[in-house]
Order: sequence, then structure tokens, then C-alpha cells
Amino acid sequence: MENLIGALVAAPLLGAAVLLLGGKALDRIGHWLGTLLAGTSFVIGLILFADMLGRSGEHRAISTTLYSWVPVNSFQADVSFQLDQLSMTFVLLITGVGTLIHLYSVGYMEHDERRRRFFGYLNLFLAAMLLLVVADNYLLLYVGWEGVGLASYLLIGFWQHKPSAATAAKKAFIVNRVGDVGLSIAIMLMFTTFGTFAFTPVLASADKASEGTLTGIGLMLLLAACGKSAQVPLQSWLGDAMEGPTPVSALIHAATMVTAGVYLITRSGPIFNLAPDAQTAVVVVGTVTLLFGAIVGCAKDDIKKALAGSTMSQIGYMVLAAGLGPIGYVFAIMHLVTHGFFKAGLFLGAGSVMHGMNDEVDMRKYGALRKYMPITFVTFGLGYLAIIGFPGLSGYFSKDKIIEAAFAKGGTEGWIIGSCALLGAAITAFYMTRVMLMTFFGEKRWQPAPDADAAPSAEPAAEGHAAGEMPHPHESPWSMTVPMIVLAFGSVFAGFLFNLNDSFLKWLEPVTGHKEGDSPLSATTVTATTVTVMVIGVAVAWLVYGRKPVPVVAPKGSLLTRAARRDLLQDDFNHVAFVQTGSYLTRGLVYLDLKGVDGLVNGTAATVGGLSSRMRRLQNGYVRSYAVSMFGGAAVLVAATLLMRAVA
Amino acid sequence: MNPVNYLYLSALLFTIGAAGVLLRRNAIIVFMCVELMLNACNLAFVTFSRIHGNLDGQIIAFFTMVVAAAEVVVGLAIIVTIFRSRHSASVDDANLMKL
Repeated sequence: MENLIGALVAAPLLGAAVLLLGGKALDRIGHWLGTLLAGTSFVIGLILFADMLGRSGEHRAISTTLYSWVPVNSFQADVSFQLDQLSMTFVLLITGVGTLIHLYSVGYMEHDERRRRFFGYLNLFLAAMLLLVVADNYLLLYVGWEGVGLASYLLIGFWQHKPSAATAAKKAFIVNRVGDVGLSIAIMLMFTTFGTFAFTPVLASADKASEGTLTGIGLMLLLAACGKSAQVPLQSWLGDAMEGPTPVSALIHAATMVTAGVYLITRSGPIFNLAPDAQTAVVVVGTVTLLFGAIVGCAKDDIKKALAGSTMSQIGYMVLAAGLGPIGYVFAIMHLVTHGFFKAGLFLGAGSVMHGMNDEVDMRKYGALRKYMPITFVTFGLGYLAIIGFPGLSGYFSKDKIIEAAFAKGGTEGWIIGSCALLGAAITAFYMTRVMLMTFFGEKRWQPAPDADAAPSAEPAAEGHAAGEMPHPHESPWSMTVPMIVLAFGSVFAGFLFNLNDSFLKWLEPVTGHKEGDSPLSATTVTATTVTVMVIGVAVAWLVYGRKPVPVVAPKGSLLTRAARRDLLQDDFNHVAFVQTGSYLTRGLVYLDLKGVDGLVNGTAATVGGLSSRMRRLQNGYVRSYAVSMFGGAAVLVAATLLMRAVA
Repeated sequence: MNPVNYLYLSALLFTIGAAGVLLRRNAIIVFMCVELMLNACNLAFVTFSRIHGNLDGQIIAFFTMVVAAAEVVVGLAIIVTIFRSRHSASVDDANLMKL
């Protein structure tokens, strides 16, 4: 069984190698080959899962060492895998959702001439992400971490002929580097403190290190998580990452890669448990991000950017839960999985809408699409109900648990975090209802595409639409609707199944540990409040966007709305704080270098040069003037000798 | 006769020679002035030899004469060569060795 873990990673890696190196001969079957290998990985995951279920809680983790990667004296880096319940959860989510999205991409990317390469990148992503979650040490995890970063960069910039996509890819890559520095520093700290970076010894001996060291490691890991999971203050790349094809947004920037930060924090739980300051930082980051993302989501008219704000906000919930320690880890992962289902479903729905609407992303130009795209409408609707926490659907169970855990932290902090989480739930209901109403309800607001050559050829649905033609919404082909339907099932039932007999809790508890918090509020009160604020959010959204027609041109809006449309000025902040400061610093250093360092060197050279050219005049070629100097010199020598003799 | 007077004479001759080297342009005259300075030195050496009552100064005077003879051979050869090529015996005309 252990050998199958390697096969899990190897299947998509093989796919990536074959598809990227294979050349045009594979153009006709490449997409199916990629899907098949993703499916193979999923089947292997299921076999391992069945095998794991056959053993009891404590003995479920299996591990295997492939080879010794960097054996240098006390520095031993092995390529070795470990598959426990936490990794298994991720493996099933990644391969399951991954396979569905491969299938979806077959239809979505049908008209793209670089479809084979797209599937190669998708397979590369799957391989890197699987490596990330099955690695048994931080260094190998780092390899996967960078691998998903690379795949994300390649896929965001897949339509690199669009400058906006190329820029967005670079932005994502650079912002992620900031986080990666945190991860590498954390690994170095671990090595100097514990002498190793494998999970088991590091986490088992965490209590032997000083709290200061653990806080340092924890904060660096948090920085890494912030970069990968688009948490404040490294959140700015996620909105722009929506430039990538929609299946990429669904798989990488909603369901899997962006949750890697939550995985990292949960995996490093024993370190955070012993470093309360680092945990507080995690909670603060999570809380700020969940509100930040929600507010941004309310103001965006671009359907994918609204969903991106929502993703940020939902991951904020997970990070918040992971920061609560043992009372929250299980719920963080539970929300991560349910979010994987409904957010991937929502993105695929958004992709389906764009597919039918000539790649229009502005929701103000949608409206009344429920009649034209019934399957998309129903699956998107179920995902919508799941994310706002409609009772009985998966988001309801997982989000409710997180809010409960937030209150259970106790004290004033508990009240503050809990209230923020509740506020976030209300805003979530508001912005998701807004998306729903603007897209599927109301009257038609479609308009002829303003310019035809912005979209053609590379974007799948654009084919055959002449300039300025009215869009004619239609349902997507089966390869796109089937994944949406499967994910909708997940959105509806996952939460319920996870909570049946606390099965998810019992499943993960041996790895992450769990303890019940003592909440000042009863579970019923929290649930009732959560549902109430959700209903309020929905009602407010209906009053604004459902009762009266949505204007096609966005109204000017309040100061907050305008700020939120600009992502709450994140880019302006980064520009002022880092770009301008950095360029002033650079200019200062250049000035110092030119005037100071170079000035000193050049000044010395100029002085010597100037003196030399004056001294040169002494050499005039007249023998008699040389004779004068000789006599002068001799006279001076004689005078000096006499003087010395007189003094001595 | 007081030997110091010979030293005064030597200083006088040396000064005349030095002034000639510095002030005259004709290479032959400059050359003769150099000889004059050398011989002023010789006179001083011999005088000191007399004053101190040993032979050191006299031996050095012989060395000086030998060196001066060799110098005359080379120096005159150079002057004649320069005169042939430049048709002038002025030391100021031979001023090409400069930057």
C-alpha cells in the first residue's frame, strides 16, 4: 500500500511530462489523457482511503521513503511520504475536485489551440499539490509549495497575449515569494532548533524549544500561509489571479492551492499550540481577512472577482478556526472541504455563464439567465445556498461550527472574534445573494459586446460571434454540466455527512487533536443567530438588488463602495508603502553610490590626475632647467645636513 | 700659507662652473664648466687631504680624474653628434625629450 502513495503523485506528474514534452501529436487526445491521469490519481486515492478505513484510528497513518535526497552529515533530507487522515482528506479533495475540473476544462477550453499545454499545466499542479500534502517533512512540502506556485503562475498567465493576464501572473508570483521567504526562514529555524525538519520529530519535540523560538517559527509559517492563502496583508494577488481561465480559478484559486496555508497551520498545530502569541496573530489575520474579503466581494461587478473576494473571506474563516487551536483545527479542515465543493461549483457555474455570454464577466450585463441556463442556475443556486449557510447544506454545518468555536475561545476575545465571524456571515449572505440576483434574476441587461477583438480566438466561447452581436445564452455541453452537478451534490450533502455521528471529527481527531471549547453561548443560540444574520443579509440584498432593477452602469456609490471596488485600496497601499518607498530608497542608494562612493573614488583619481598634469610641466626638455633642479636639490640636502648638525 | 685659502678658491671655481652650466647655452662651454666644477672638487679633496694629513682625498682625486676623462670622451662624442644632426651647439635646441 505504501508504494501507492508515490503512484498518487507520479500519475499527474507523468501526465505533465508527456503533455508538455509530447508535442503536437498529442493535441487530439492530450486533454483526455490529462483527465485520465487525474482520474487515475483519484482512484489510487480511493484505494488508499479504503485501505485506511480498514485500520483503526491510531494506526491509519502510513509512510514510505523513496530515496535520500540530500544526505549531508546531520542534514538529512529524504523524499519520503506520509499519508495520515489529514493528508488523505486533502488527497481526496484535490484529486476528486481536480478530476472534475479536468473534465470541465475539456469543454471549457475546447476552442483553445493550446488546450494540450493547459492540461499539462493542470496535471503539473495536481502533482505539486499532492506532493505538498503527502510530504513527511517541511523541505519536501516546500518543493510542493513552490510547485503549486509555479503552476499557478503558468495558469494565471495562460492567456499571456493579454497584458493584464501576464501582469496578474507576475503579481501572484511575486507576492507569493514574500510568503515563501517566511516558509524558508521557518524551515531554517526548525533545523537550527530541532536539527531536523521532518514532521514527526519536529512536532513531537516542539515542547523542548523555547516559546520565543516557537513564536518565531509560528509567525514565519503564518507569513507563508498569508502568501499562499491570500490573507491580509499578502492578499492583493488573488483578485487579479481571476485573469486565468475559469477552471483554474475554480481548482487552484478556490478549492485547493489557496487552502494550502490552512493545511500548513493545521499540520504545524503542535508548534502553534505552544506559541499563544503566534496563534493570536493567526486569529487576527483570519478575522481581518474574512471581513476584508467579504467587503470587497460586495462591491465587485465582475462575477469572478466577487467570488474571489468570497474565497478570501471563506479562507479567512478557516485561518481563524486554525488559529483557535485544538478547538478549531477539525472545523477549519471541514470548512475547507465543504468550501472546496461549493466554491469550485460556484466558479464552474460562473465559467458556464461566461461561456454562454461571450465571456462577459460584468454582472450588470447579465440578468434573467435562469431561463436560459437551467442546469447552471440550479447547481449555482445550490452552491449559493451552501455558502451562505442555508440550514441543512454543507456550508451551514461547517461555518456554524467555526462561529461556535470562535465564541468558545472565551473572554472578550471570544466575543470580538465571534461577532466578527457573525458579521462576516451576514455580509456573505448579502454579497452572494447580490451575485445570484444580478446574474439569474431580474430582466435581461445584455448588450452587444463593445469590441469584438478583445476576446476572440483564445477564449473559448468567443468563436463565431461577430462584433457587436447580442449574446445568446445557452446551456453548456455535458462535460461542463456533469462536474457542476457532482459538485452541487457535494455542496448539499458533504456537511450533513461530515456531521453524522461527528464522523469528520472522529476521523481527523487522531491527527490534529480536538477539545471542546466552553462557549458562553449555547450551540442552539449560535446557530439561531447565524441563521438570523444570514436571513438579514439575504433580505438586505433583495431590497437593494431584487426589488428594483439593477442599473447597467454602476452608480457612483459611497466612499466605502468606491474603496471596495478598488479592493479597499490594497494596491494603492502597496504602491505607497512598498513600491514608492522602495523606489525612493533605491534612488537614495543610487545617489549615495554615485555621489558618495563613486565620488570618493573619482575625486581621488581626479586629484591625482590634476596634480600629475601640473607636475608634467616641470618636464620641459630644457637641460638647464633640470640642472637647476639638481642644484636646488643638492642645496636643500646640504642645508638639511648642516641644520641637523647644528641642532644635534 | 693657510690651506683654507685653497678651499675658498675651490668654492669660487665651483661657483663659476655652476653658474656657467646654468647660464650658458653653448654645449662646449657648459661642458667646460662641468670640468671646472669637477676640478674645483678635486682641489677641495686634495686640500682636505692636506689638512687632515692622510691620503684619502688624493686617492679620490685620482678617481675623479679617471671618471672625468671617460666622461669627456662620451660627452664630446654626444655633442659632436648633436651638432652634426642639428647644426647647433645650443643646449636649448636639444629639447625634444619632454611630454
